[in-house]
Amino acid sequence: MRINDVILRTVVRFVVFIILTLAIYLFFAGHYSPGGGFIGGLVIASAFVLLYLTFDIEKVQQGIPVDFKKVAALGVFLAVGTGFGSVLFGADFLTQTAQKFHIPLLGDKELGTVMIFELGVALTVVGVVMTIIVSIAEGDGD
Amino acid sequence: MTNLIVMPLVIPILVAVLLIFLRNYRYLQRAIVVVTLVAMIVMSVMLLQLVHTEGIQRVDFGGWQPPFGILFVADPFAVLLVVIANAVTLCCMLYAFRSFSPHYERMFAYPLMLMMLAGVNGSFLTGDIFNLFVCFEVMLLASYALIALGGRAEQLRESLKYVIINIVASWLFLVAIAFLYGTIGTLNMAHIAQRVQELGPDPLITTIALFFLVVFALKGGLLLFFWLPGSYSVPPVPIAAMFAALLTKVGIYAIIRTFTLLFTTQPNVTHGLITVMAISTLIAGSLGAIAYRDIRQIAAFNVVIGVGFVLLAVGANNEAAYAGALYYMMHDMVGKAMLFLICGTMIYLTKQERYDDMSGLIHHYPLFGWMFLVVMVALTGMPPFSGFVGKVLMGQGLVASGSYISLAVGFGASVIVLYSLLRVMLHAIFGETMIADEDKVKLPKSMLLPIVALGAMSLYLGASAETLMPYVTDAARVLADSSIYIEAILGK
Repeated sequence: MRINDVILRTVVRFVVFIILTLAIYLFFAGHYSPGGGFIGGLVIASAFVLLYLTFDIEKVQQGIPVDFKKVAALGVFLAVGTGFGSVLFGADFLTQTAQKFHIPLLGDKELGTVMIFELGVALTVVGVVMTIIVSIAEGDGD
Repeated sequence: MTNLIVMPLVIPILVAVLLIFLRNYRYLQRAIVVVTLVAMIVMSVMLLQLVHTEGIQRVDFGGWQPPFGILFVADPFAVLLVVIANAVTLCCMLYAFRSFSPHYERMFAYPLMLMMLAGVNGSFLTGDIFNLFVCFEVMLLASYALIALGGRAEQLRESLKYVIINIVASWLFLVAIAFLYGTIGTLNMAHIAQRVQELGPDPLITTIALFFLVVFALKGGLLLFFWLPGSYSVPPVPIAAMFAALLTKVGIYAIIRTFTLLFTTQPNVTHGLITVMAISTLIAGSLGAIAYRDIRQIAAFNVVIGVGFVLLAVGANNEAAYAGALYYMMHDMVGKAMLFLICGTMIYLTKQERYDDMSGLIHHYPLFGWMFLVVMVALTGMPPFSGFVGKVLMGQGLVASGSYISLAVGFGASVIVLYSLLRVMLHAIFGETMIADEDKVKLPKSMLLPIVALGAMSLYLGASAETLMPYVTDAARVLADSSIYIEAILGK
């Protein structure tokens, strides 16, 4: 018997974007208030999981054609890379720096290298969570 | 401040990530691994020289001063172990190039081995007890994947046990850290040491110390080694060799570090207990080493004997004993890697696992046969190989502290090591060969080379004790007198 999931499919189309917006909000909020790369990454992953639950794996992989193992690797590279970047400037490992910028429409914002670190964390979380869930769902190797 | 200290942790991680993207380029992966490890050996030797000339170095992550930030500390004890760990890993990798199947190489075996090395190096170098937990986890997560990689039934059986035991141990570790933080209010190891000394002998601290002892005993195979022979005999040979050489050493390192630096106020309880555990480990390991005929089990029980021997030094608690323990640890990393590679090669050549099913290997593979003699002599502790110096120093330390029971059991166990390996030698290496010349499995030079390299390293450690001694005595001085370490971290 085919499951009639038309409500789920319709709702998910909208909800996924709300979740992704929340994830981006949480990611940037993490600079001074609760949130950050780890939470943001988990929320992004939850949006993807919702897509996988609603549509089948092949369809989602057509839409998001990325190897999540490589996403995780890229994330680790960014996170460790920011730490390593400070070494190149002769500072202690993992030293972070921040600078105030004037961005049109948004006004004065502080941009820090810690953002890149957090992006790395977020990508790692997304990559790892998705790899684990997809491997369990597929049930075979690789 | 010198960022050289974090390189043994950061570089393997970055390279491991790079290798994930180069998944299908097997030869490029191999080349990058070799270049990386050679560069890391050079850097760690430079770091050793720096520490030797300018004293203990530290780097504060993100510029946060101790005791507030996380820091890496390079003291001679840690750096010597890092140098040897990198060198041994290089040899295991060289062996792996030949023995891994292409499929295996694509399943991220090299990145995982590098990650494990990163965790091992991080555990040696960190100066923060919570960071020690994190580095343990990095190392263990990689080892979980490596032990299960391949997915044979016995690998899954052993990895399940291994993972469960280590998760329980990690949980206990976390609980112990929470207790310690709740009592002392700091995680910086030098700061903990200072506050514990100010507090004096305190039953609460001693209880926490025993918690840590259980954790590290589980990880290092001190008395609680029931998981070890099984888990170390299932992964592929080069990975098992890395496990044998590195993983238990991290547990031993953690015991020596915590009980020389942090928990020194009630040695009659803590250090006494460690001595009893070490002696029991030696006896149980010796029984295991002579009980089995499967050479992988014999090798695994030899690892257990090594753990017990090194930790006799904590009971003696003097400079000579610590110098001996450090020297023996360096020797043991090289020796155990070599023993595991040799045993693995014997199984590869004969397709048998019991030594009484093998015979006369020396007729077909003369150099290989001699290498077995080398590893046997080195592990027993005969000059000119590396085990000798460590055992002599350890003996001096034990005599100086009057621990004659430890002395007798420790050296008795050496005889058992000799006996357990001599049996294998007489049966499998000597004796009549059963295989005709045309039927013999070819032993590739690229498999023999890492074994010979490890043998040469063992010879170097033993024969050039004169050059190494200043570094070892430096390290032992820091271990015997914790105020040097505390001064270096909090003094400036």
